[in-house]
Amino acid sequence: MKNVDLDINVHYITRVEGHGNVVVKVKEGELKECRWEIPEAPRFFEAMVRGRKWPDISQITSRICGICSVGHTTASLRATEKALDVEISEQTLLLRKLLLHGETLQSHVLHVYFLAVPDLLGAGSVIPLAESHTDAVKMALRMKKFANDMCDLFGGRTVHPITPCVGGFTEVPTVDQLVAWKKRTVEEFVPDAKATLALLKTLPMPPFDRETEYISLHRDDEYAFYDGQMMSSDTGCVPEEDYLGMTNEFVVPHSFGKWTKHNRDSLAVGALARTNNNFELLSPMAKDAAAELGLTPHTINPFMNNVAQFVECVHCAEDSLKLLDQLIETGIDPALSVDPPITPKAGRGVACVEVPRGILVHDYTYSDDGEVVAANCVIPTNQNHNNIERDFEAYVPQLVDEGKDSAEVQQHLEMLVRSYDPCISCSVHLVEL
Amino acid sequence: MKPKIAFFDFSCCEGCQLQVLNLEEEILDLLGQVEIVQFREAMTEKGEDYQIAFIEGSIQREAGIERVKKIREKADVLVALGACACIAGVNGIRNTMDFKDVGETVYGADMKYFPDVLPKALAIDQVVKVDYYIPGCPINKYEFVSTVKALLSGVEPKLPDYPVCVECKLKGNVCLFDKGKFCMGPIIRAGCDAWCPTHNEGCAGCRGYVPDPNINSAKDVLERYGLTVEDIKKEFTHYLAAQETSS
Repeated sequence: MKNVDLDINVHYITRVEGHGNVVVKVKEGELKECRWEIPEAPRFFEAMVRGRKWPDISQITSRICGICSVGHTTASLRATEKALDVEISEQTLLLRKLLLHGETLQSHVLHVYFLAVPDLLGAGSVIPLAESHTDAVKMALRMKKFANDMCDLFGGRTVHPITPCVGGFTEVPTVDQLVAWKKRTVEEFVPDAKATLALLKTLPMPPFDRETEYISLHRDDEYAFYDGQMMSSDTGCVPEEDYLGMTNEFVVPHSFGKWTKHNRDSLAVGALARTNNNFELLSPMAKDAAAELGLTPHTINPFMNNVAQFVECVHCAEDSLKLLDQLIETGIDPALSVDPPITPKAGRGVACVEVPRGILVHDYTYSDDGEVVAANCVIPTNQNHNNIERDFEAYVPQLVDEGKDSAEVQQHLEMLVRSYDPCISCSVHLVEL
Repeated sequence: MKPKIAFFDFSCCEGCQLQVLNLEEEILDLLGQVEIVQFREAMTEKGEDYQIAFIEGSIQREAGIERVKKIREKADVLVALGACACIAGVNGIRNTMDFKDVGETVYGADMKYFPDVLPKALAIDQVVKVDYYIPGCPINKYEFVSTVKALLSGVEPKLPDYPVCVECKLKGNVCLFDKGKFCMGPIIRAGCDAWCPTHNEGCAGCRGYVPDPNINSAKDVLERYGLTVEDIKKEFTHYLAAQETSS
């Protein structure tokens, strides 16, 4: 590294969900300090659900995070259903997958357009872009509204969904609503996605490659979001029940969020981990978008997570059309999903779900009258904290050698953090069994 | 000159700020009326000169007490945004539990790294004066718009002083008790347009008590429809624990 001094201290990085600090000190070309700090207050969810009954758990744990509340709800319900031996109908499964796609779309559109693109266009937020890039901002708002309306349709509400419950839903959409939704997907979202692809092609990501271990869910028969095995790009698959062997949470003094590592000194989860591990299972249109944007099954530039998120948007839209066709063909029978009878029993259930930022684990142990006696939630952002800090260590010398000054180094480190789309509110829930 | 507004978040899920960002159809108009000087979830700029402060989240750390006091000093008007800010929300569940046990359950011996966590989660008005409230978990985004409109036009923002049942009846919903479900609607402040009951899910109380709630009567109803005393206690400590325990 060049013989320079740097003293970077970003208190509360902006345009991320939750609070994080960046601390980098370089003295005479030597990296002295390099930290990604999580000062957000802990929230103790795993303690708070103890003694609560099975119907209430997902409504409490969804409040870990507003942005991925559908993901928390899904993981929570699946964990409870496994613990109580509850089978769900095929119709419920398809509706749950559509709801989860709605959230992935909502979160990815918000991140790509509102949190990441302003950096690539040299703006401090989307607000000045409303004047300089009016059409693009209007399109972004339309895409976000589409995704939110999708969550409203399949979950009753986009932030903290209302209708998903243990065993099914409290209400389900009608076939007419599904037909209308399919039409809107084709006529509104698909053209907007094509226009976004054209825009992203003009916005190259900063160059920075670092090998790491990618961990995601995997299924042989579909691009896994709702369930699957845990897959490491280094060591292969394990059942979701064995998540503790892959997540290995540990506490570091400068963070309220726990750190993780597995086969190497750090690991990455999220859209890029998923596209790397499951590239062949992407939908045809998503693969085309990946090819146009230079995303391959072996992409190791963390900034490309932004591109991977967009490619997943295309996948989710195309896969939604497939799911909608299945439901429209069989018709909707509310009796197959609405308020199924549940008998509580003692047991443990572990569920891993791919949420926008990576693998989310909910793990509950219930007593025989259906009260939680122990809970553990492992949050994707936690799994990336360590990788972000290791990226800093490799990226700071590269930036210095490229001749970047202190302000530019700081800006690129903030962009790097943002490309992971960290969700720090989530990450400070924390628990051990 | 456009009034300057700022958003601040404390301990929460940030879903209420997200509800503001979810005003896709209104947000550009809103930006024409106000100048947003701080909104960490959405923008880099950090202005320290503002008239209206929206505060999301509960206070859970000593450091948060100092921070919210500084915001109170600078703001002419302070608005609590969402259940965590208004009534401590789900964060307050831990207020009914032994703090040492809660800390050890989550962090074990590592709890020593977090010495300034408060033994109870606090609503904003348990630390500083709050001028107006936008309740809910999450907030009703249209209630946010109407509050901003009222503040800009010099009108006092007002919350409904009647229970969720009124809105639920107006929508023509069948009462959830008649469907064998449980609902806190009779004693919870309206303004959500009976969001959950309309989707066939009982109200959990996220907007806090209606003024002068008849709590004993509500408990009697829940008991009559089959809840045990233990279950009833849980209903009253889902969102309302800090309201119950703060006296």
